[in-house]
Amino acid sequence: MDILSLFIVVPALAVLVLIFTKNLKQARMVALAGSLVQLGMAVNLIFSYLKEIETNDAIMVFTKDVVWFKNFNIHYNIGVDGISVALLLLTAIVVLAGVFISWKMEDLPKEFFISLIVLSIGVYGFFISIDLFTMFVFFEIAVIPMYLLIGIWGTGPKEFSAMKLTLMLMGASAVLLVGILGIYFNSNADGGALTFNILEIAKVNIPFEVQRLFFPITFIGFAVIGALFPFHTWSPDGHASAPTAVSMLHAGVLMKLGGYGVFRVAIFLLPEGALHWSWFFIILSAFGVIYGAFAAIKQTDLKYINAYSSVSHLGLVLFALLMLNKTAWNGAILQSLSHGFMTALFFALIGMIYGRTHTRDVTKLGGLLKVIPFISAVYVIAGLASLGLPGFSGFVAEMNIFVGAFENDNGLYRIATVIAVSAIVVTAVYILRVVGIMLMGPVKNEAYLNLERVQWYEKLGVLLLLLPIIAIGIAPLWLSEMILKSLDPFLKGVL
Amino acid sequence: MNLNHIILIPLIPLAVFLILGIFYNKIKPAVSGYVGVLGLLTATGLAFYSAYNYFIVIGKTEGVYQTIVEKTVWMNFTDSLRIDMGILIDPISVMMLIVVSVISLMVHIYSRGYMKGDPGYTKYFAFLSLFTFSMYGLVLATNLFQIYIFWELVGVSSYLLIGYYYTKESAVAAAKKAFVVTRFADLGFLIGILIIGYYTGTYDFETLNNPEGTSILNWASTSFMGLSVLTWALLLIFIGGAGKSAMFPLHIWLPDAMEGPTPVSALIHAATMVVAGVYLVARLFPMYYFIEDGFALNIVAFVGAFTALFAAVIAITQTDIKRVLAFSTMSQLGYMMLALGVSGYEGHEGLGYMASMFHLFTHAMFKALLFLCAGSVIHAIHSNFLKDMGGLRKYMPITNITFLIAALAIAGVPPLAGFWSKDEILVAAFEHNTFLYVIGLFVAGLTAFYIFRIYFGIFWGKEGNYKDKPNESPGSLTAPLLILAFFSIVGGFIPFSEFISADKAGFETHVNYPLAAIAVFAGLIGIALSWMFYKKENELADKFANGFGAFYTWAYHKFYFDELYLFVTKRILFNGIAKTAARFDKKYVDGTMVGIGNQTLNTSEKIKGIQSGKVQDYAFAFIAGAVVLAIICIYLWTN
Repeated sequence: MDILSLFIVVPALAVLVLIFTKNLKQARMVALAGSLVQLGMAVNLIFSYLKEIETNDAIMVFTKDVVWFKNFNIHYNIGVDGISVALLLLTAIVVLAGVFISWKMEDLPKEFFISLIVLSIGVYGFFISIDLFTMFVFFEIAVIPMYLLIGIWGTGPKEFSAMKLTLMLMGASAVLLVGILGIYFNSNADGGALTFNILEIAKVNIPFEVQRLFFPITFIGFAVIGALFPFHTWSPDGHASAPTAVSMLHAGVLMKLGGYGVFRVAIFLLPEGALHWSWFFIILSAFGVIYGAFAAIKQTDLKYINAYSSVSHLGLVLFALLMLNKTAWNGAILQSLSHGFMTALFFALIGMIYGRTHTRDVTKLGGLLKVIPFISAVYVIAGLASLGLPGFSGFVAEMNIFVGAFENDNGLYRIATVIAVSAIVVTAVYILRVVGIMLMGPVKNEAYLNLERVQWYEKLGVLLLLLPIIAIGIAPLWLSEMILKSLDPFLKGVL
Repeated sequence: MNLNHIILIPLIPLAVFLILGIFYNKIKPAVSGYVGVLGLLTATGLAFYSAYNYFIVIGKTEGVYQTIVEKTVWMNFTDSLRIDMGILIDPISVMMLIVVSVISLMVHIYSRGYMKGDPGYTKYFAFLSLFTFSMYGLVLATNLFQIYIFWELVGVSSYLLIGYYYTKESAVAAAKKAFVVTRFADLGFLIGILIIGYYTGTYDFETLNNPEGTSILNWASTSFMGLSVLTWALLLIFIGGAGKSAMFPLHIWLPDAMEGPTPVSALIHAATMVVAGVYLVARLFPMYYFIEDGFALNIVAFVGAFTALFAAVIAITQTDIKRVLAFSTMSQLGYMMLALGVSGYEGHEGLGYMASMFHLFTHAMFKALLFLCAGSVIHAIHSNFLKDMGGLRKYMPITNITFLIAALAIAGVPPLAGFWSKDEILVAAFEHNTFLYVIGLFVAGLTAFYIFRIYFGIFWGKEGNYKDKPNESPGSLTAPLLILAFFSIVGGFIPFSEFISADKAGFETHVNYPLAAIAVFAGLIGIALSWMFYKKENELADKFANGFGAFYTWAYHKFYFDELYLFVTKRILFNGIAKTAARFDKKYVDGTMVGIGNQTLNTSEKIKGIQSGKVQDYAFAFIAGAVVLAIICIYLWTN
């Protein structure tokens, strides 16, 4: 078994074992074991990868190619570069943290953990695919369990939210499929055979007219799940209804598929289309950055605040990808990672606060620092990280994005960049507003004086997410260098 | 001589922060106080040792103090642009090490007594260490991005410490205000950095500041709206500096920041963090001076002069002693900016630069002393307000004497520290621009007046209504007062111009007796007026205030700048833009999506009747379809 396929086999095995578990205790132990192994593999993969690229200068390493469906030349073709390796680690950490946070999932635990792990299979598969069709299949595998997870274990208007989320993402998938097929049917432009292989297609000179047509289609298809304005509205409702671990996984990992797909497929395969359209989507995403931040100011539900904050932060990812240079791309990948950890951390903390106070309305909460100091202190730290304070991962990512964006000497881009940069002030406002209202100040409700203390599994889950945020923030060099090295192939098309 | 140990100076408070932060629950409060003081004591020792080595042992090479840089790559942006982390040692950074160390050490010692019994004692010392670490990092920064990083970190330490009494709503609001206002200013700073990085290809101070380097020589190569892009960058960077140093109109956060514990106000909001803006301009001084013939530097001078005047006028009217001191700080920071703004580069021309740094140094000593004295008073009578004070000289002799020394120093009475530095500033202004000199002189008079107003108000005048007899503060509070009083007396005798000058070569200064006499005279007039108004309770002061009528009321309300900002943020940003964005999102963006969904549902609802399940209907449809098809076929056939 090769090192990458294990990322699909191990969780699949975990699902198989889970079927035979009888209660919460067994189910969570299996889930924990599975995700621990997964994390070990992800860490190991980083080291193996760094060692491998010393001698191997292929675009993707650890590749494996098995014909899956011969008539259409569909392969089970996998491999990784520095970008996917980093995202796999993100996924493994968030899944493990999610298991810890769901330690007390009393309601249908077996089914819950099965859905959660199936979702993670989709994500792992997506990040290691080289074959467009296989990638698309994994994409769908990741989206479907979401419907069940929100519809069954959610809160509030969960059926509506689940339906809205799934329908919008399915609609995007349909658009995406058109884009993928469009690329596929033009992959013989140089006279070769039709192929879904990304690395093969990247060598083909797809005619400009085709790129111009299919770039926006592919871009939007992916960007919907990356919360591109104005297609982001599935996210606030979806997050608000989803159970904690699902929100964590969804915002932390699933939304990253959007940016990754845009980069790996739309920009890599259709670079001329990207050059042609980038100005338009830059305006859209820069607007989304500031718009999401402003919309977050006026929300009162913690999850809505975080959802709009995601619209703003992930808008920055798309914005950076479209700047079409290495510095900004590096920033986009770092921002994906950073936002993944941060937003998962936020949702975990929100879940803990909600579990204790039974409300997510910030105006009803107050003075939590006094009663649940650990959770509140971490919330402050997460908030500071989210507003781009140096020493945390967000700063590293944002600075790469801003410096990269500034490399484009073009009036329109400059204006868009200044708009995007100014979001750092608005972000500070909505974060400090929550910190001020909810955590500081006097304790508003006497019932809060006796809140349950933080449990060990909650602490573990939280620290697991906090650690990489600080690690990247303090010593970003090794990670950013690893990503930078993988960016050269993408640059060829857009020069 | 080896200066490698300088790297330890920032690392020690960082270690203290980590120890206190991680073992927050396990350390006894008394121990955490000792750990903090001990760490700072070591750092201070190292700072003095480095200063001795740098200025005396190594000394000048070829007539100038050398700049020593040690750095390592932190992150690469492009092949040429990157962020380095390191230490830059030159006269002003070494001087700042001394300032930060001394004040921070005094505040640490003082806080052990002042914060005694506070439930967050360990947390407090952890934050103090975090701040000190960040401030050291800021002054030692080797490039623009490094200074920006630590700039943000001092900002967040300030946020945490202003909001230290976090159950108090006003403290929470003040902390938020301070952070958001300075963040807004930092937006300018950041964009300025981006511009400089793009057009010069480097963030390094050494490369940027080289008067013969390409970044300075080629300033005219790209322009935007009639000014060089680099001038724009410097102006934007100055916005960042103005935010931190509370220059008009970004000053509104500083008075509110007084919500923090008083030792914190002394350390952060009087002596160290707020001078970061001045330090930033001084750090980039060759760029400010040479690019576009000092266009940006002129702006600095006028903003500084205006702030000095504006804040001094407000300081006269305030009744909270900490706020008087806050406005006084603003005013003195304005002085420092003014001095930088009127400075030249070489030899005696660079008097303003040296005067600015000199004043930064002396001001740190006597302003920290004023704050700590105020803290001592507040500690004794539990009020910030002048109306609750009076006649305290009998009860608090040490506080009285040290406050008086600091007050004389800030009023510019010779031979105290403030006299020397302020005199240099006024000379520099006089030689550059008479208008700015007159403003500076007027402010000198106002300064003496407002500081003696509170001095007499606290220690003389009618005795306050004290519940218990006020007592002199314990030794842990008065010892730092005495040490700082010592520095406030002798600080002015340091031959500053030997060590610190814009071109690093040093020069000799001589007292300009006529100008010095005029300045001292202005100060004495201020003191005399205070004496008349406030030494004994009388109606003169009220009459005087009434004489100014509406102007007094405006000044008392700080010229309504808080209200103006509140209007802009609350009405325009929050209720205007943010609320509209939230509503727009719900109603239109989301509404469209939901609308499409509902439309699909409605349509299917309407057409589902067709699938009725009745054979007759299907047969009818079949036959109708066949007939239509047949008609089309026949039609096509016949044509």
